Amino acid sequence: MNKNSKGLQRAMTAPFSVWMAIFIIIPIALVLFYAFTDANGSFTFENIMSIWEYRSTYIVSIELAFVATIICLILAYPLAYSISRMKARHQQTMVLLVMLPMWMNFLIRTYAWMTILEDTGLINTLLKAFLSLFGYEFEGFAMINTDGAIILGMVYNFLPYMILPIYTVLTKIDHSVIEAAKDLGANGLHVFTKVLLPQSVPGIISGITMVFVPAVSTFIISKLLGGGMTYLIGDIIENYFLGNTGEVNYNVGAALSLVLMVLILISMGIMNRFDKDAETSGGGLF
Amino acid sequence: MKYVSRFYNFLVFAFLYSPIVVMIVYSFNGIKSRSVFEGFSLQWYKELFNDAIIMKSLYISLVIAVLAAVISTVIGTLAAVGINSMKGFKKKVYLSVNNIPMVNPEIVTAVSMMILFVFIISKSNSMEMGFGTLLISHITFCIPYVTLEVLPKIRGMDNNIYNAALDLGCPPAKAFLKVVIPQIKPGIVTGFIMAFTLSLDDFIISYFNSGSTVQTLSVTIFSMTKKPYSPKINALSTLLFVTILILLVSVNIKQTRDDAKKKGARK
Amino acid sequence: MKRFMSLLITVCILLGSLSVVAFAEEQIVLNVYNWGEYIEQETITMFEEKYPNIDVNYTTFDSNESMYSKIVSGAASYDIVIPSEYMVSKLIQEDMLAELDFSNIPNYKHIGEAYKNLASDPENKYSVPYFWGTVVVIYNSAFVSQEDVKDESLELLWNEKYAGKILMFDNPRDSFGISLTRLGYSMNSGNDKEWQEAAKELSEQKPIVQAYVMDAIFDKMEAGEAWIAPYYAGDALVIQETNPDIQFYIPKEGTNLFVDSMCILKTTEHKKEAELFINFMCEPEIGAMNADTVGYATPNTGAQKLLDPEITGNELIYPDEEYLKKNTEVFINLPQKTQMLQSTLWTDLKIISAEDGTEASAIDWIDAFCIIVIVAGGISALYFFIRNTKRKKLWKQ
Repeated sequence: MNKNSKGLQRAMTAPFSVWMAIFIIIPIALVLFYAFTDANGSFTFENIMSIWEYRSTYIVSIELAFVATIICLILAYPLAYSISRMKARHQQTMVLLVMLPMWMNFLIRTYAWMTILEDTGLINTLLKAFLSLFGYEFEGFAMINTDGAIILGMVYNFLPYMILPIYTVLTKIDHSVIEAAKDLGANGLHVFTKVLLPQSVPGIISGITMVFVPAVSTFIISKLLGGGMTYLIGDIIENYFLGNTGEVNYNVGAALSLVLMVLILISMGIMNRFDKDAETSGGGLF
Repeated sequence: MKYVSRFYNFLVFAFLYSPIVVMIVYSFNGIKSRSVFEGFSLQWYKELFNDAIIMKSLYISLVIAVLAAVISTVIGTLAAVGINSMKGFKKKVYLSVNNIPMVNPEIVTAVSMMILFVFIISKSNSMEMGFGTLLISHITFCIPYVTLEVLPKIRGMDNNIYNAALDLGCPPAKAFLKVVIPQIKPGIVTGFIMAFTLSLDDFIISYFNSGSTVQTLSVTIFSMTKKPYSPKINALSTLLFVTILILLVSVNIKQTRDDAKKKGARK
Repeated sequence: MKRFMSLLITVCILLGSLSVVAFAEEQIVLNVYNWGEYIEQETITMFEEKYPNIDVNYTTFDSNESMYSKIVSGAASYDIVIPSEYMVSKLIQEDMLAELDFSNIPNYKHIGEAYKNLASDPENKYSVPYFWGTVVVIYNSAFVSQEDVKDESLELLWNEKYAGKILMFDNPRDSFGISLTRLGYSMNSGNDKEWQEAAKELSEQKPIVQAYVMDAIFDKMEAGEAWIAPYYAGDALVIQETNPDIQFYIPKEGTNLFVDSMCILKTTEHKKEAELFINFMCEPEIGAMNADTVGYATPNTGAQKLLDPEITGNELIYPDEEYLKKNTEVFINLPQKTQMLQSTLWTDLKIISAEDGTEASAIDWIDAFCIIVIVAGGISALYFFIRNTKRKKLWKQ
């Protein structure tokens, strides 16, 4: 490439640079500023200190999001694999089918889960009717308003974000490598652990990121499916910014956000150690 | 074996689509309920089109999604080209900045932008939260996805053709449009769809940044807290779902036909 | 993919143009901010027909508090807000409401005396009542024994016999209001001790509460998912329509009288038009139409006469004025320090539950999840295993 065109290509980042500086860098700087100042704008550590109170909420949020991410991974991998083995045309259709639910409003889909999971909901009603045919008295599962229901909501809402990046990396794997491994006597487990898994690490990592991050900060799912019994960290941040419990405090809210951000950055940093080629990081969803 | 994997796929898709089936069934409910089904009726479909509030917020959602997708695709594609030509530290910085909205929890992105807007508004009297802030926030969280879609495509691109065009006297800008863009088109298209989907599906960022005079569909639905949300929303979602499904099927049939034609031609 | 996209865009534009009609040039736009699903939309259309130069931009909020934070952060673009009484008093205290010019609102005369001179707006300068109602205890008579409801007390909400079948408000003001009233304190208490006591009662109630919800009360009560819930009187009738077993009573300890009122913000540029809107909503026919849809009690005596006498005669929906004066209390804006306390106590209530409370019921469900995980993992392992052995066999042959 000659110098001229390189200059042009550099210039192309100008809108991006300006945009990101104003709407990403400055807002984060403002979060930092608010987190370390009090209502009058003078420096303080108090906001950060007050977060100790919410440690159990952080733990619960991370725990639930972690379980949801693992389940997503386990559910998504075989599906992504089998899609990647289909004919090209079918692949495209399947990918769109995976994305299609995301086009329906997520609040409505979550409300629908309430209808399915409730004690008098579809699953329990059907099970009861079915078992009563055999003379069983069935009490029904307690599903709604539990942590399990929150996890289910997370898995449901974020599963496509796990399927798509894994699918993307799996399509890139040369199938003849797998054949070769098999010809050399590797069994299914070996093919999976030695060939498929290492090559799909970038996709798994971006999948985990794209599921874990929104799951850890969600605040609607806990309200609808968890019956408002548990607060997740997202609920508390929301309360501080919108004052739903009667107190608006941007400073503590910013401190809570900052800590959440740092926790996630640390875990992402650790996870990216597993990814040798961090720069590509599996591309995106396709 | 094939059946096991098919059965598995079926299970996962059943999981993904079961709430949608429930949603569709309850859109035909005779009464306003999410839990009790009483009689088949089309009343919610009729009422939907008279509901100016829902229609308007749907309109806002779609306009925002289209605009956010278009603008973020342009900015993101240009940025990807630029970033690809960078090296070393500078490239790392750009990539990390690009990653911030992706690894940042949505709620943090939302509140950080809200703080910015509130800050600007408090300094100037002319601005207010509304369509502008909503659009800006949507564009911001869509850009990184576009960049990451396009970047690998550019990396895999054959630079020689571009250079050849330049050598033949084509101005760089024209060469970019005629040579580079067609090569990275698949990435741009998927980036666009991605941005559109994310914007349409978003609730959290809209909730914090929409102001009070403009609201997206999700915000409208969420505001139905004192009274239950109306099955009109189910009807609306059903219509959207069916429309998209028809589009998908027709595109698929067309492709199958085209493929068959090609095969026939070869024979 | 490309064709798909262009089709998609066409559909968007088509859908868009359907509703673009709402915007026209040189119109006065009146921004109205109300609760979700809290109006008969026909009335807006009628208003726009009557005043063709005014367009109503109607948007909705989910709670008084989120509305307030939008007002504070969003600055000057809307005209009419319809919050509850305690938010009205907060807005008055913070000097954000415009004084109404009642000569532009002649229909104010239809508003009943009982709904004027409220503690939230004692001089009737800033607000015009829109709907009102009381908080009642709703129960499902098919499951709740007559014995337990005959004294019409708030104790029903703390009755361990119905553990797991009780719903509570998912908003601190209403929940604390109930707890404070049950203890014999004022809902507007400024006494920290009383608040702490109320919080303790709520945390003791927590293990028997099924969920803290708002609008989900409708569906859960209708389906028999839950049996006991406090909610607004008008809504109890709606639930009753679907499930005839539903009964309700006004608790004897006293209850909250809520009055949602129309107010005009000081920052408005169209005060006169906003007053026209308020006046229009106070017309008896319009008020009646609105009340028919929303289901709450209308403060408009003219409208009351037009409504179904069976509803207006229902003492649970329209209790007489004597009773209201004696047994109900209106929320007023709490002092700053009490608001902070309320916030802390409510958050604590939610957090505590995360550590014990729900765990017991969560266990079997988490087990179910583990089973799913194991099954899914098993299937995927099987998948690779069988796939491979099959190949091997073929290869051996």
